[in-house]
Amino acid sequence: MAEIVPLREAVAELVRDGDAVALEGFTHLIPFAAGHELIRQGRSELELIRMTPDILYDQLIGVGACRRLVFSYGGNPGVGSLHRFRDAIENGWPRAIEIEEHSHAGMANRYAAGAAHLPCGLLRGYRGTDLVAHTRVAFIQCPFTGEELAVVPALAPDVTVIHAQEADRDGNVQLWGIPGVQKEAVLAADRVLVTVERIVDRIEPRPGGVLIPGWVIDAVALAPGGSQPSYSLDITERDNDFYMRWDAISRDRDAFTSWIDTHVRGKTAVA
Amino acid sequence: MSTAALSAAEAQTVTAARRLARARSVFIGVGRPSTAAILARALYNPRLVLVYESGTIGAKPFHIPLSIGDGELAHTSDLIVSVPEMFNYWITPGRIDVGCLGAAQVDRFANLNSTVIGDYARPKTRLPGAGGAPEIAAGCGEVVVIVAHDRRTLVQRLDFVTTVGHGDGAGARERLGFRGAGPTAVITELGVLEPDPQTRELRLTSVHHGVEVGDAVAATGWELRVAEHVEVIEPPSVDELAALRELSSR
Repeated sequence: MAEIVPLREAVAELVRDGDAVALEGFTHLIPFAAGHELIRQGRSELELIRMTPDILYDQLIGVGACRRLVFSYGGNPGVGSLHRFRDAIENGWPRAIEIEEHSHAGMANRYAAGAAHLPCGLLRGYRGTDLVAHTRVAFIQCPFTGEELAVVPALAPDVTVIHAQEADRDGNVQLWGIPGVQKEAVLAADRVLVTVERIVDRIEPRPGGVLIPGWVIDAVALAPGGSQPSYSLDITERDNDFYMRWDAISRDRDAFTSWIDTHVRGKTAVA
Repeated sequence: MSTAALSAAEAQTVTAARRLARARSVFIGVGRPSTAAILARALYNPRLVLVYESGTIGAKPFHIPLSIGDGELAHTSDLIVSVPEMFNYWITPGRIDVGCLGAAQVDRFANLNSTVIGDYARPKTRLPGAGGAPEIAAGCGEVVVIVAHDRRTLVQRLDFVTTVGHGDGAGARERLGFRGAGPTAVITELGVLEPDPQTRELRLTSVHHGVEVGDAVAATGWELRVAEHVEVIEPPSVDELAALRELSSR
């Protein structure tokens, strides 16, 4: 059974310097509160894994917590560039980062292979692109049809962190709306932290809801509003204004650092 | 309705929307492709299935979404699937008719770059990267590319091949085992480029009302071939323009 613990304790217990950490959530349910707690606790040398490193990873990269980034799309959705991500890759500020990039289909199959404890995932993809020369992908021949297929190595994060709408007191979790790749990321990881909007006495399964049993989760932490400026469907709304404002905040190194000092380091974890 | 003069971007969006008049399903990202698809559904094709990368299939947004995962897309969709399901069950098997893609660079065979400008290891500009584009372009029934028409975008040589369009020309897609037809149109604010049926090299086949063929050729970074008969695209009607502006103002 997952333990229900305060966010600060959960992060201190489960995430170590140098870990490969996946904070997942595809536009929806992005675990901002947990990511900010990583910054407050000064976690460093992380290998950060995420299909869409959006604002949260821009922040982690900008404070220098990231040593290596594994991803498939590094943009501010609907707005444009991630300036901290760009500054790190283009200018090495605040430090150079190593990158490993894939396509979405590749990353999704890497997580799915990780969840299945298979060594690799199989797909039709990558062929003819320059990605082949710059990332970890290989091609094999299907033994049954002879078709050439791409194989990508499974992802097995040390820790996966996700945000969900609710958990019960035994740490069983339910999320609904856009499910992204969270179930796969949870099942692929060694250790799992889930932050939730609310703790309920009894989970009522919803059509289309994703249920994750507490016995594959290490810790659940209550973090109401913990996906903002992303959102938790039916509970909070996506703060599209903030995504647009982030463009100006993140463009300038000093403005970024002062924003982090005020809005992340200057605050304490909820609950 | 606003009486402002028609902008080049509006002509581009309406042209893209018309292209979706008979499609069953369209895969879209945010920005102009999304606006075009929502407009197509409103004006010509109420049964058009809008598919967003976030997993929402059959979304019916009233507003133009800022992100592919806005709550409105989840609330109005026919079904919502996970990312692995989206790619493995819907996109790569070829279940989506049209994929709409943008890019920072396009070459004469409609290959796309959305990864870097400059050298990969030391890029001048780091772009977001592949996202879903390579597999969307390989798997969807056909691809419509929506980009700006200038010499920075339509280039002689891509800095990075993120997404294969027609590779090095005729036969390339077949050799790579791709199932879809690949890019069938590159829609810009000056006109439409379509692959030559034999060579697969892009040719200018139509221009927007008021655009000279020479303008489009001059704004292209390679020696752009021009079709024998270049059509002039019917300008957006009063109704089309009113619908687009009303949609954008929501």
